Amino acid sequence: MDILLEANNISGGYDEEMIIRDFSLRLERGEFLGIIGPNGSGKSTLLRLLTRILVPRIGNISLGGEDIARMDRKELSRKLAFVSQNTFVNFSFSVWEMVLMGRIPHLARLQSETKKDFMIAEKALSLTDTLHLKNRKIDELSAGERQRVILAKALAQEPSLLFLDEPTAHLDIGHQIQALDLVKKMNIENGITVVIVLHDLNLAAEYCDRIILLEKGRTFAEGRPEEVLSYQNIEAVYKTVVVVNKNPVNSKPHVVLVPGGEMHVN
Amino acid sequence: MNLTVKRNTLILMLVLLFAIVLAAVKGPVDIPLGQILLRDNRQILLLRLSRILLAMITGSGLAAAGIAMQAILKNPLAEPYLLGTSSGAGLGAVVATILGAGAVFLPFAAFIGSVSSVILVYLIAKEGNRIPVQSLILSGVIVSIAMSGLIVFLVSVSAKEGLHGLMWWLWGSLEVYDAGFLFIVSAIVLAGIAAIFVFSQDMNAMSIGDEEAMHLGIKTETVKKILFLVTSLITASLVSISGVIGFVGLIIPHLMRFIVGPNHKTLIPASCLAAAAFMVLCDTLSRTMFAPIEIPIGVITATIGVPVFIVLLKTKQRIT
Repeated sequence: MDILLEANNISGGYDEEMIIRDFSLRLERGEFLGIIGPNGSGKSTLLRLLTRILVPRIGNISLGGEDIARMDRKELSRKLAFVSQNTFVNFSFSVWEMVLMGRIPHLARLQSETKKDFMIAEKALSLTDTLHLKNRKIDELSAGERQRVILAKALAQEPSLLFLDEPTAHLDIGHQIQALDLVKKMNIENGITVVIVLHDLNLAAEYCDRIILLEKGRTFAEGRPEEVLSYQNIEAVYKTVVVVNKNPVNSKPHVVLVPGGEMHVN
Repeated sequence: MNLTVKRNTLILMLVLLFAIVLAAVKGPVDIPLGQILLRDNRQILLLRLSRILLAMITGSGLAAAGIAMQAILKNPLAEPYLLGTSSGAGLGAVVATILGAGAVFLPFAAFIGSVSSVILVYLIAKEGNRIPVQSLILSGVIVSIAMSGLIVFLVSVSAKEGLHGLMWWLWGSLEVYDAGFLFIVSAIVLAGIAAIFVFSQDMNAMSIGDEEAMHLGIKTETVKKILFLVTSLITASLVSISGVIGFVGLIIPHLMRFIVGPNHKTLIPASCLAAAAFMVLCDTLSRTMFAPIEIPIGVITATIGVPVFIVLLKTKQRIT
């Protein structure tokens, strides 16, 4: 097994509060890992810990065998990129300028981009189907277009590991599928390892090789989608009644909500 | 870099040159360009040139400080005085006057007042090792109000002469009292602008968001602290020599964003050039409009700045 990222018994959060407790992970190179869990279960905090926005109080994280706490921030950013759910930008950068920012980790301070950087940025734009937006302003784009540009910026970093925090939160279903198809394509064709936080259990079931279900900062269940997305697990963690079917096309688990479910059960 | 940048730089330089020439020939007495360069008029020329230098330094310094502040706060409408530098300077000067310090010490008192208020704002806003943007804005506002309150209180209870003149000075004047002092301030401001420029790339990333910048390899909190220190030094030095001159640090960078875009590598030089020209022109207005009376330059910049600001705010609202 080729382990890319390894977290050993990490605990941490903001200031005094421990949000993630005793979390461990061995992430294989090329994997597509989903993290799910109810609001407040620590999904975003976990991503912040894994990307060193926050430093774990206990435990350690290594990337390619190297402790990330000892790595330079720039060096780390050449290996991992992050796509957040909030893509709103207050300043009117052009799409081209935004994507070129993805090259910052590869440049020295005050160093101008070279031809190679321009080529990589252009490739990132064409991969995310945003090349035609190159000269547009980022604050004039629709949410779906903006999300794709932010993804292009992350790809321009040439990361081996891509983190995404609910990238589909503000998108309609068409754009959700479009965005996740794109991430899947990067995963398969470019070998980028993906760690993605998703709210939508069915999207998680469709795209992820492996899912971690978080509850109150701890791993409640972990495994392939059909192992984790059982009605027992979901009802126990989300405190809501569901029925788990199979997607008739690819027999992946499909979670159906049962409104007022308690009544039907009792 | 490309042609548009070169063209814009050339235009801005020509505007600046025009402003300089205009400011050199205009005054209580207009002297044609051919004559002002003559040996007989050397004193007047030197006087006017030192004033032009101060105007350029003040304009560029305020523009660069404004840009840095806007990047730290992720708000394109932030002012360099947002951290209480202006009211702090005012309080310092008022206290010094009441204590009977001579005019020579006023700039130092203003500088100390400025720096103290920034430190106070910083300490209030600080949470652990971070400085959250919202707390920074709020504590800046609170400290400014507190200091202004103290100024009004001190002015009303003390019957000291000269406080009137002090208020006038606080509204900004580009009169040069001491060439040595002008050179010290110029050195500090130029070094500050250079330091801010070095962080162009970091500010680009930070204007998208602090965490976004960290994911691009930027040590956001360290950069914020450095920029915070540099902008404070620039504004405090400028307030101590030329008083409080509002809106320049806000309007000029904002206008330049429309023209050259938000990329700090081009925005900073363009804004510095434009603000330098703008201040030279405003100063010429302040000296000549009601000559021989001189209007505080802050009044001129506010008269031009307020309507521009309102227009900018309204167009911004329409876009978002």
